[in-house]
Amino acid sequence: MAVLLEKSFPVEAGAFTTAGEASTTIKRTLKQLGINAEVLRHVSVACYEVELNLVIHSLGGTLTLLVDPEKVTLISKDVGPGIPDIDKAMTEGFSTASAEARTLGFGAGMGLPNMKRNATEFDIQSEVGVGTTITMSFALR
Amino acid sequence: MTIREVMKIVEGKVLVGEDRLDTPVETACGSDLMSDVLAFVKDRTVLITGLINPHVVRTSEMLDITCIVFSRGKMPSEEILEMADEVGITVIASPLTTYTACGELYVRGLPGTKAKKPEPEGA
Repeated sequence: MAVLLEKSFPVEAGAFTTAGEASTTIKRTLKQLGINAEVLRHVSVACYEVELNLVIHSLGGTLTLLVDPEKVTLISKDVGPGIPDIDKAMTEGFSTASAEARTLGFGAGMGLPNMKRNATEFDIQSEVGVGTTITMSFALR
Repeated sequence: MTIREVMKIVEGKVLVGEDRLDTPVETACGSDLMSDVLAFVKDRTVLITGLINPHVVRTSEMLDITCIVFSRGKMPSEEILEMADEVGITVIASPLTTYTACGELYVRGLPGTKAKKPEPEGA
């Protein structure tokens, strides 16, 4: 499918102050493209969750937005540390977030399950010592 | 219910968004945990929270939350107010506790957001 738009955003590990800036830009970009409000909210929530995960848990990574006529795709790719047990990480309430993340109101162990719930398709691949890649697509219908 | 009615019920003061007081709201959510807000909230929602940081606004922006009520008389910073105004979110400061503010809104007919059903085992 022809890609209409492709944009990548670097996300820095531990950058709590700027966390969410990529998601804000992505939301505004998609809004300008005239994406349906309901779909836009699903994309925005999943995007913010995955961006926060990069800040809270990863050693840094990149968030990529792809738009084609059928769907919006978000790809989060980090450089580590990787998730030892994906099933456990996908369980609501399980969290390894830092005290700093919790102080800001995050780290309730809802992130990954919430991304899965909002995305039409959700895939997570992770290898300890290598990194984690999350691919989510959102059907535009 | 409109944001103006919300403001009166929580005995609040509008900090930004004076021009948006007639916007209707349909549900409310009281939480200091933004993770839960992200998991449960719908459109046209009022968020009542005792947590004050820019992520409250960012979370609200992602969810199209139209109004934030900061409870227990807490005052957000200028930075937070500017962020909210930029994205069209009305901010109210209420002297009530989160529990009381939620309770007063609930008894006057503003329902809570419905929690999603847990996924079945092995889903």
